Amino acid sequence: MIEAINEALDIKLREDPDVIVMGEDVGYFGGVFRATAGLQEKHGKTRVFDTPISECGIIGVAVGMGAYGLRPVPEIQFADYIYPGLDQLISEAARLRYRSAGDYISPMTVRSPFGGGIFGGQTHSQSPEAIFTHVSGLKTVIPSTPYDAKGLLISCIEDNDPVIFFEPKRIYNGPFSGYYDKPVEPWKRFDESIVPEGHYKIPLGKARHVTQGEELTVLTYGTMVHVAEAVCREKGVEADILDLRTLVPLDIEAIEESVKKTGKCLIVHEATRTSGFGAELSALVTERCFYHLEAPVERVTGFDTPYPHSLEWAYFPGPVRIGEAIDKMMAG
Amino acid sequence: MADRPEEAAGKGVNKPSLSLHVPEPTYRPGDPVDFAHIVVPEAGAQARPDEACEAIETSDLCYDLIRVLGDDNKAHGPWDPKLDPDTLRTMLHNFAMTRAFDERMFRGQRQGKTSFYMKCTGEEATSISAAMALASDDMIFPSYRQQGILIARGYPMIEMINQIYSNKGDKLKGRQLPIMYSSREHSFFSISGNLATQTPQAVGWAMASAIKRDSRIAATWVGEGSTAEGDFHSACTFATVYNAPVILNVINNQWAISSFSGFAGAERTTFAARALGYGLAGLRVDGNDPLAVYAAERWAANRARANAGPTLIEHFTYRAEGHSTSDDPSGYRSAQEREEWPLGDPVMRLKNHLIEIGEWDEDRQEALDKECVDHVKAVTKEAEKNGILGHGLHHPFKTMFEDVFEELPWHLKEQSEQAIRERETKFPEGRPNS
Repeated sequence: MIEAINEALDIKLREDPDVIVMGEDVGYFGGVFRATAGLQEKHGKTRVFDTPISECGIIGVAVGMGAYGLRPVPEIQFADYIYPGLDQLISEAARLRYRSAGDYISPMTVRSPFGGGIFGGQTHSQSPEAIFTHVSGLKTVIPSTPYDAKGLLISCIEDNDPVIFFEPKRIYNGPFSGYYDKPVEPWKRFDESIVPEGHYKIPLGKARHVTQGEELTVLTYGTMVHVAEAVCREKGVEADILDLRTLVPLDIEAIEESVKKTGKCLIVHEATRTSGFGAELSALVTERCFYHLEAPVERVTGFDTPYPHSLEWAYFPGPVRIGEAIDKMMAG
Repeated sequence: MADRPEEAAGKGVNKPSLSLHVPEPTYRPGDPVDFAHIVVPEAGAQARPDEACEAIETSDLCYDLIRVLGDDNKAHGPWDPKLDPDTLRTMLHNFAMTRAFDERMFRGQRQGKTSFYMKCTGEEATSISAAMALASDDMIFPSYRQQGILIARGYPMIEMINQIYSNKGDKLKGRQLPIMYSSREHSFFSISGNLATQTPQAVGWAMASAIKRDSRIAATWVGEGSTAEGDFHSACTFATVYNAPVILNVINNQWAISSFSGFAGAERTTFAARALGYGLAGLRVDGNDPLAVYAAERWAANRARANAGPTLIEHFTYRAEGHSTSDDPSGYRSAQEREEWPLGDPVMRLKNHLIEIGEWDEDRQEALDKECVDHVKAVTKEAEKNGILGHGLHHPFKTMFEDVFEELPWHLKEQSEQAIRERETKFPEGRPNS
């Protein structure tokens, strides 16, 4: 997935002289996850550069660059460290088009590694997507495969609205079934890792059908797509798994169609439960598919605690927690 | 804990005990005012270093006060920008127009025509004179007290009033609090209510201009109170790191609503001196001296345009009026402060200078003031035809949902339909004027 992201950035830097890549350690060194490796050498120091350690500054100057007419792609090293930039994202980037009635826009794409499962402890594991989905004017996008990562990132960079692009770092190098004691299989053994060369786009606001099934709808995104898929396969449940890909704008049509078909809806995310994005999904499904539901909507999520270090696998919404929810729903 | 000397001696406590210093302004309501402690250096006594100098060479100027106009109403010293009389008269015209505009809009708020207004009385030079030293396409990232820049740049006054009244003519479609203007055409960035956010944005704009090998520079305005925000620190850091072609104007008007400048750190240093720690050039200027403000801004603009680096300018001035229409300064400061302020009034100082050099007189001033009042009155009447706040002449409901994103997503379409339904339920016969 890292290579796919790198390719997307490389293509947009080549195609559009207004694209700028910046962030802590992204320049000479190529990023702590190698997402920007080689880009500075190829495109020059004024297109790809290192910044001071200041998330408020990184997002703030990106708003100014967008007002000038550039298309900045700032990186926040970990989603856990995006908070110093929140005022600039929420009060400025998200509202600029609205408050100026289109005089100024903020066409930036904030890339940031997110999610747990890597013994990252409290400040290298968080999934703060619900903070952003709650903000009018921001789009939130989360890929789960290399193919999607490249196509979605190109779409984000070309989009004229500010986008938060969260990269699930647990699956940078290969998908994750949730069985943390098994070795990770690299992406190259999976079909989704086949990434076409050159420019292609995946539209924002469109979910991906991971598997088709009649028994149960699973709404999920990021790392949890792979965990949910593995559990459904083991359980022998014919699930309609939707990888949402874009949380805002949401593919409500795909969700309604699926839940009306299956009558059951399971929501899975890594983020904490209370006021998480799952709550919005559950409310939408209940409002729109109430007479089709054969069981209460279930949410499998992280617990309402800070992300622990030693108890990571007790915290992570893995196969046991998802399996129990599926058993309960299928019995009902 | 044994490393405390007193403890090692077996005494165990600090003597004297620690005490917290909470700053307190010199004068509160009812106090007589004496500003003798404010050092007002002689006009013309400040050296003018080369525009491309090292930042450190501006050290002395960070603790001094650049002044051009003396008590004799003449221009003095190396900072005299030597402006021609026409330019000076244009500046005076912009001053008078801004003051007339402020008076009328303040009254408009009191008459219930709008919800809110903020005057810039006493600070006209810090915006108008500064902006006149820039090119018309240099990008301005203002705070909320630089309305004079729009007037100086020829922004149509009717658009300002439409915005203040949030009426059907308002280009911002009634979305923004009054005075939060925006004009791309006049290189005036959209004003935000969140303080100091515009400062790193100005730096980013300037970085973009440098990335594109453009010749335009950026300038931002921020109050001394807002320099305490983290964004200001980010702006100074990024400006220096990338040698961004930007000017950071700090308007030190002594007051942040009810908090005196001591709460932003003014008791122990100047705001200009902040520049030195970042490696920025710093200038401290008499903000009520229109010529000094013009000269300092021009110096910084030339420096930025020559790739010689960013500049922080502290404009030392006084907020003569309340913070806003929602504020009553008699609750926290002495009413005498305004009269006793040692740097005078920028409008009077420019007027007296023009008279001194034989390019103006009291009759012309009277005529100018009347012309401005009449103009503002006429434009206000014209704007009121588009409606005043709360009288129904606003933009259609659907516009509330537009421009959140470039395209309307499904959930906003649904909510837009809901709002229109609610309106029909509320006014089944339709509401006149809306």
